[in-house]
Amino acid sequence: MTVSQTSFGSHEPVLDVKNLTVKYIGDTRSTTAVDNVSFSIGAGEVFGLAGESGCGKSTIANSIMRLLKDPAKIAAGSISFGGKDVLAMSQGELRRFRWQDVAMVFQSAMNSLNPVLTIGEQMADIFTTHAGYSRQESLRRAAQLLELVRIDPARLKSYPHQLSGGMRQRAVIAMAVALKPSLLILDEPTTALDVVVQQEIMAQIKDLQRELGFSVLFITHDMSLMVELSHRMAVMYGGRIVETARAHDIYTTPGHPYTQALMGAFPPLTGPRIPLEGLPEGVKFQNIPDLAEVAPGHFVAPFDADAEAAVFEGAAQ
Amino acid sequence: MRFILRRLGFYLIAFWASITLNFLLPRFMPGDPVSRMFARSQDRMQPEQLEALRKLLGVDDRPIWEQYAGYLQDVLTGQMGVSITRFPTPVTEVISSQIGWTLLLGGTALVIAAVVGNLLGILAAWRRGGAIDSALPPVLVFIGSFPYFWLAMGALYLFGVVLGWFPIRHAFTDGLEPAFTTEFIGDVGAHLVLPALTIVLVSIGGWMLGMRNTMIATNSEDYITMAEAKGLRPGRIMLRYAARNAMLPSVTSFGMGLGFVVGGALLTEVVFAYPGVGYQLLNAVQGLDYPLMQGLFLTITAAVLLANFLVDILYVRLDPRVRSN
Amino acid sequence: MTSVILQQPTEAKAARKTNRGFIHGLITNKKAMTGMAIMLVFIILALAAPVLFPGDPSRITGMASLEPDGEHWLGTTAKGQDVLALTIYGARSSLFVGLTVGCASTFIGILVGLSSAYFGKFIDEALSLLTNVFLLLPGLPLLVILAAFLPPGLGTVILVLTVTGWAGSARVLRSQALSIRSKDFVAAAVVSGERAGRIMFREILPNMASIVMGTLLACVIYGIGAQAGLEFLGLGDVSTVSWGNNLFWAGNEGALLTGSWWVFIPSGLCIALVAFALALINYAVDEVTNPRLRKIRKPATTERSAAQ
Repeated sequence: MTVSQTSFGSHEPVLDVKNLTVKYIGDTRSTTAVDNVSFSIGAGEVFGLAGESGCGKSTIANSIMRLLKDPAKIAAGSISFGGKDVLAMSQGELRRFRWQDVAMVFQSAMNSLNPVLTIGEQMADIFTTHAGYSRQESLRRAAQLLELVRIDPARLKSYPHQLSGGMRQRAVIAMAVALKPSLLILDEPTTALDVVVQQEIMAQIKDLQRELGFSVLFITHDMSLMVELSHRMAVMYGGRIVETARAHDIYTTPGHPYTQALMGAFPPLTGPRIPLEGLPEGVKFQNIPDLAEVAPGHFVAPFDADAEAAVFEGAAQ
Repeated sequence: MRFILRRLGFYLIAFWASITLNFLLPRFMPGDPVSRMFARSQDRMQPEQLEALRKLLGVDDRPIWEQYAGYLQDVLTGQMGVSITRFPTPVTEVISSQIGWTLLLGGTALVIAAVVGNLLGILAAWRRGGAIDSALPPVLVFIGSFPYFWLAMGALYLFGVVLGWFPIRHAFTDGLEPAFTTEFIGDVGAHLVLPALTIVLVSIGGWMLGMRNTMIATNSEDYITMAEAKGLRPGRIMLRYAARNAMLPSVTSFGMGLGFVVGGALLTEVVFAYPGVGYQLLNAVQGLDYPLMQGLFLTITAAVLLANFLVDILYVRLDPRVRSN
Repeated sequence: MTSVILQQPTEAKAARKTNRGFIHGLITNKKAMTGMAIMLVFIILALAAPVLFPGDPSRITGMASLEPDGEHWLGTTAKGQDVLALTIYGARSSLFVGLTVGCASTFIGILVGLSSAYFGKFIDEALSLLTNVFLLLPGLPLLVILAAFLPPGLGTVILVLTVTGWAGSARVLRSQALSIRSKDFVAAAVVSGERAGRIMFREILPNMASIVMGTLLACVIYGIGAQAGLEFLGLGDVSTVSWGNNLFWAGNEGALLTGSWWVFIPSGLCIALVAFALALINYAVDEVTNPRLRKIRKPATTERSAAQ
């Protein structure tokens, strides 16, 4: 039984994912990458999705834009965007939906840019396709976009390999907000960058969000970054959501043992040195049931006392 | 720019290697080839020409370094001796009279095979599992397994002898005056069909498969996913994003493939008695016309190297990553 | 309720599993099986030739240019020789030379490629230059000129084919060896003092097995085709019976113009079939080792697919 989550504010949610299940169908067997996941994002809200590598976060992101490639298939569930059923869209509607309503910033900007076209051409593409502008007009708007992310418009003529890592990522962010989408999906936007550049990029995103007011689905495994930026968060494990709450609540009162282990995995900058406790060796969770509300707006997947004990007594082997 | 210069240096080394090979080979032969050739030319050779031949083949008494230097000088000034079978025409004249036909045949076949093959490859990759992707590759691989000359023989037999649709030898009808008239050009075209078709059929499979496999690899790149996420039209993604990148390895293998096409063109010329340098080479070999053989080898090699160089220049224009170094 | 399980880390039985998987992949692959079946037929016929057609196959056994009939299944040549005997005997020389050239080219390619990748720097530069020059020089003209100057015979044929054929395999093997060279287990072997030869042949080479096989197949195809081409021009060993020589005689005796199609079709068809069979096996090896090239198969269950 699913529990519906209330969204930020009282408006219609921008994105509403219900019971989403995604499977990877192999030759001999199939794996469930996303298992009956539900969440929703409200207007202007930053929603964080945290979890370790392989827990299914990127799969969810790709599902929202229907970018899943074989052998991944959406097996069940629904995705609705501002009331529209995304999974039922025709190819034509889907192409209009993409980038105009939802846009995505991929993990590695270097890999997501076409190496043989200039930045300008790749930005102009967006306008010529969606807005039908002429090439001249599109390039003009592209220049404006670059200025928005503080890149010299002369760089329109540069090729991707001629820009630094940070510049490329900012260019990709500029492309993403070109059509002022209602939802921006950030899939590990700073993982491939060093810490200093990370800070620049996150600041840029915060500015843009304040200015343009879009919602954000922020996917990362960097918990500290997420807690800082998100309004609400969900923690994923093995394709299921184990906890959902306001970011502040997750930080101060994590409910699920996995969340607690995750939060306990960062060293604080101040205070005495203490040994860190993460998940002990060989511990895995199974049969995660649906979320139950433990406090207003705070949902946790129930777990038994043994589980909690196993985690905290550090039992291994 | 440095890229181009490095490639140029490489081609010069390769050319030097082929000249040296040319120089060394006759000196490995047992016996005295000069007397043999003198006999063949039926005593029509002048003493100076005999002397020149001896120098060419190293049967004279000069020390080997002197011979080598002399040979290099001769080649680089375009003196490649006198042909034995076409006595007393100089080798350079013999070659230049026929090379045009080979360029016509090879060039036409290469362009058609490359363009059509690449397009088919793009389509096959774009619609994986579709009709083109499933049916054509095995068929084309099968046809590509046939030796060039056998396919040429088959085509000659089927279309030339049995059906009589196309002429079966030479570049134009004997007795017709070469001129820029429609009649002559049409005649040349008719004679070109079978030989060119043979080369196209054998080589097109390679182009198609190469492009298809590269496109499949390119299609899984992240920038293609991003292009789809941007909501761009499929046609645009296929051409400006996928094909434009997949083309690059194709262009480099174009250069490599030139060597093979030359080989195929030679054999095809032999079957159809098409008067290009391939046919000439065979006649030279059969007639033990060493000067002509060597001249042809150098000319063909130089042509292939030049073509490769042009391809490199094209590649630099296409791939911006190579440019900025 | 969420339960917690404690798992042992799984052992990696990687190496043996991938080899078994590879063989299994090949056996179930239709292309590979078809190819191998065809090759088997040819090999058996080649070996059994002296039993099936005792005596000299190029002796005259009948009237000239007879069409195929009960006595001569594939007719006779313009000289009166039995085409079927010539064709089946031809398999011996063609397959032998093709196999020899293939193995020799691959062997040289392995030596050059591995050395280049392992020793790096100056040796790599020199060997790469050599390889690239040989790749660049046009094959057939080089073959012709080599064969013209060297004494005629089977040894010359094998020699010149190997000289023109080794460079392709060297290049492919070098790039594969390079990528394996950069792996940690090679660095570990170097640091622990293993001898260069051992590292190259016992550490790097076994990990390239499928590429080496693909290269070998490609070289054999090259050997058979190029030999045929050389012989067709009259530059092979004219005294042996082989497919290429059969075609040479067919051309010389004007089989095309007299309409004696049965003289030139069989040998050419054999070359094509063998090349095709080897190409099929090669294609299959590619597919088994690179899953992306595999045929798209529809999934067994009908899931609601929103991806396409």
